[in-house]
Amino acid sequence: MPRREAARLPAALWPLAGIAVLLLVLPLVALLIRVPWRDAAALLTAGESLEALTLSLGTALAATGASLLLGVPLAAVLAGSDGWAAPVRRLLRAAVTVPLVLPPVVAGIALLLLLGRQGVIGAPLAALTGVTVPFTTPAVVIAQTFVSMPFLVLAVEGALRGADPRYAVVAASLGASRWHAFRRVTLPLVAPGLLSGAVLCFTRALGEFGATITFAGSFPGVTRTLPIAAYLGLQASPESAIVLALLLLVVSVVVLVSLRDKWLRVGS
Amino acid sequence: MRRGLLPAVLGAAVLLGGCAAAPASEPETTTSVRVFAAASLTDVFGRIAGEFEDAHPGVEVELNFGGSSGLSAQLVEGAPADVFAAASEDTMAIVADAGLLAAPPVVFARNRLEIAVPPGNPAGVTGLADLARPELTVALCDAGVPCGAAAAEVFDALGVAAAADTLEQDVKAVLTKVRLGEVDAGLVYRTDVLAAGDEVEGIPFPEAEAAVTAYPIAVVADAATPESAEAFVRWVIDDSGALLEEAGFAAP
Repeated sequence: MPRREAARLPAALWPLAGIAVLLLVLPLVALLIRVPWRDAAALLTAGESLEALTLSLGTALAATGASLLLGVPLAAVLAGSDGWAAPVRRLLRAAVTVPLVLPPVVAGIALLLLLGRQGVIGAPLAALTGVTVPFTTPAVVIAQTFVSMPFLVLAVEGALRGADPRYAVVAASLGASRWHAFRRVTLPLVAPGLLSGAVLCFTRALGEFGATITFAGSFPGVTRTLPIAAYLGLQASPESAIVLALLLLVVSVVVLVSLRDKWLRVGS
Repeated sequence: MRRGLLPAVLGAAVLLGGCAAAPASEPETTTSVRVFAAASLTDVFGRIAGEFEDAHPGVEVELNFGGSSGLSAQLVEGAPADVFAAASEDTMAIVADAGLLAAPPVVFARNRLEIAVPPGNPAGVTGLADLARPELTVALCDAGVPCGAAAAEVFDALGVAAAADTLEQDVKAVLTKVRLGEVDAGLVYRTDVLAAGDEVEGIPFPEAEAAVTAYPIAVVADAATPESAEAFVRWVIDDSGALLEEAGFAAP
């Protein structure tokens, strides 16, 4: 396939693309301008910031792991669902897409209604085992997984649909079990899509705010992730909020830039 | 190149310009007062504005509610408003110190904390000391927001440490968790308890006197409609006592 060259694009696209870039970049530039660099180091190494960063990295990684474990099988099922009845297929697809458009605070309320002390599953769970989910670190992971897994599922499904199914068929004809063919042939074929999905999922989980604070609450060291700390910081001291936002930004950019061009050639 | 570029630039200009174009058919007699008010005033200011508009034909009140700190930050950054009503004198002072008030603020109402519990009070909460019991699930506001600062003061007054399970971003988030029965108790304002109706029960406690919240109001400097803004502020101070009391606010 010939390379796409930006130079051959219609000229009309250029100014609009420029405006798009400005819209995305200028708010971040404004943020950088306001960073109180002199105090930044002290604010960053303050106990609360590090605590929030550690919690955020840990929960976002756990949410990405959960999304990989559950989302890759779901993506495989979705990619192979073309022969199903259309209503079933559409409902399944809607179920995957809804978390993308649901306001995260609503997602948090929905999780409370399911897993809270009075929830559909939460109430019998609390009665039987004494375990309550809200206000715990696992609740943060559940909220992040709910919101970020669709990114992974859609990315992996797209990659699976783009992959040539004949390789798996050949592997099967050579005696590989279905599981072996899926693990050793199909998954490596879609590795770029898998990685880009996982990175999107991780960064979305890292930035998750609304569902987390609604479902898991906000307690330092337990459920107060970096975005929540940044939001609360805004109320008390805008400087600390800006520094925490910068920290979040740096972590996200480092992850995206280091992975994207090295290993992720989306669509190649 | 030029032929391709021009329509795109024109298109962008139309898009941007369209946002600024004002409708020309507005009747000239209508003036509007833009009021920035603390989120805890949402219900009562809606009613007060309705009565004010009935008494002042041709004047329209536009209400914008939000956290006091957020609103003050917006004002300092140049958001257009004619009146500011805050849930904290400190927050109002930030706006006053920035030289953005036309006149000194006046306190028009006060608010006290109450313990909110789910209907039936399942954990048997009777007073503030119960919120220090670790076996209870308790929601408070974060110390960085006004309701959390007030909560810290009442616990100081009692001399115990709160056993909170979550420190929420605003008082409505605390109330939501009580409403859903996810916590045994939360500290909210008396006005929040009344606004929630049957969904929560309120338990007053004497230590609340240690942290009474004052609500100041003022006309913003460079208000677009200073006379109407002044009239609205006077209306809130002089003619809204009954509505404020009904909502659970105390007189200043």
